[in-house]
Amino acid sequence: MKLVSAIIKPFKMDDVRESLSEIGVQGITVTEVKGFGRQKGHTELYRGAEYVVDFLPKVKIEVAVDASLLDQVVEAISKAAKTGKIGDGKIFVFKLDQVIRIRTGESGNEAL
Amino acid sequence: MYRVNRKTFYTGLGAIAALLLPALAQAEDTLNSGDTAWMLTSTALVLFMTIPGLSLFYAGMVRAKNGLSVMMQCFAITALMSVLWAVFGYSIAFGGDGAYWGGLGKAFLKGVGVDSLSGTIPETVFMTFQMTFAIITPALIVGAFAERMKFSAMLWFMGIWLALVYAPIAHWVWGGGGWLGGKGILDFAGGTVVHINAGIAGLMTALVLGKRKGYPTTAMPPHNLMFTVVGAAMLWVGWFGFNAGSELAADGTAGMAMAVTQIATAMAALAWMFAEWMAHGKPSVLGIASGAVAGLVAITPASGAVGPMGALAIGLAAGVGCFLAATRLKRALGYDDSLDAFGVHAIGGIIGALLTGVFAAKNLGGAGFADGISSIGQQVGVQFIGVASTLVYTAVVTLVILKVLDALIGLRVTEEQETEGLDLALHDERSYNL
Repeated sequence: MKLVSAIIKPFKMDDVRESLSEIGVQGITVTEVKGFGRQKGHTELYRGAEYVVDFLPKVKIEVAVDASLLDQVVEAISKAAKTGKIGDGKIFVFKLDQVIRIRTGESGNEAL
Repeated sequence: MYRVNRKTFYTGLGAIAALLLPALAQAEDTLNSGDTAWMLTSTALVLFMTIPGLSLFYAGMVRAKNGLSVMMQCFAITALMSVLWAVFGYSIAFGGDGAYWGGLGKAFLKGVGVDSLSGTIPETVFMTFQMTFAIITPALIVGAFAERMKFSAMLWFMGIWLALVYAPIAHWVWGGGGWLGGKGILDFAGGTVVHINAGIAGLMTALVLGKRKGYPTTAMPPHNLMFTVVGAAMLWVGWFGFNAGSELAADGTAGMAMAVTQIATAMAALAWMFAEWMAHGKPSVLGIASGAVAGLVAITPASGAVGPMGALAIGLAAGVGCFLAATRLKRALGYDDSLDAFGVHAIGGIIGALLTGVFAAKNLGGAGFADGISSIGQQVGVQFIGVASTLVYTAVVTLVILKVLDALIGLRVTEEQETEGLDLALHDERSYNL
């Protein structure tokens, strides 16, 4: 099992969610985060005081999937989240040791 | 200005008329319900300027961790000044005829009863109206020391400042026998008494307390500009009570005061907005709101003496002047006047006070100079005396009060408290439990 964690541009979230749905991914966790890579921040101005804002708002999407689905998931996220401009984000893939469904106690693939 | 000379003039006229025309003698002594209704309304409008107008204007500009502390300061000042005004403030300002001090003859509002009159309105209404001015002036100072002053020290400071600075200066300009009023100063609604006063006092607190931790290298952007704009709008609307209400009557002068207030404010808002647009490439919300406040400040002393075109000129000067003061001057001189109490209120007040002397001229659309003054040069000279004396007196006395309090109880919060945020550190409260 794998945990796929992707940092993407916030306005791309709906596209990514739809394309994951199309390939059969049923659960997803979304967090609002801040960050920067090579994309520079922007300047804000308050009564003559200029502030450079480095941290940009991003969205982190996490999905837990069976290893067999991994390549499709990575491709779906990549295509949906891409704009071609700096700041599109990154995808991280983690090995997932265990998954448990709280309501029923199921574990492993049945819990995905 | 008008209050001292008009009262004396009409009292004299009334005395003569009393001998010759009994009917006319009644006119100035009786209660006018139109005037009274307007003044009751004005009083409410001016209180609204502080709570919640100024409170929101300021709270929105500080960081989230200090938002409540600003609301608390303004609200507490409202309560404290109200009580102290009733106990001694009103008396010092309006209780007697000394040149510098009104005395304590009306302490505890002695003699101010249901039927007491002040001109054509009940004295209670006049007293309460003036109380709202005594409330907003100290509240303006909050802008200079925001995010780092001890609440206890602030309460002490404000109470003493009312007694030793605000009430005496109010007396000099508006009180019976006040020396600045006697010289012919034109300060209709408080350019010197309120704005220059608060602005200079603010600068003193900023200098004595020192800069906020991290200023100016750490970013401290406003946490909620929506509040700031809402607050500025409330100030604009409430200011009709501040300026038009300073006529103490519902008449043509009040009407003109309202008109020039609107025109000057609108012009100043546009002026700051365009100045910023040219200087930085984009117009900002904080800029247009600040411009409006600058215009309101500058038209304050002028509102009873200038005409619409004079208002336009004053608004333009204030919009540009205060923009430069709040952005360039502050950065250049390095003091941390957190919310530009000095840059907007002192500078705006000075611009307005001096230009009042110019645009009061009848051939510039004004209502004419004060009694005994016959030229722009002469009037501006008197305005300058008013500005300079307020500046010096307030600066010195405020500094002394601050230094004494600092020695006795300390003015500034600890570094840890400042980092944690005053809401939690001083009040154990969080404004947003999201």
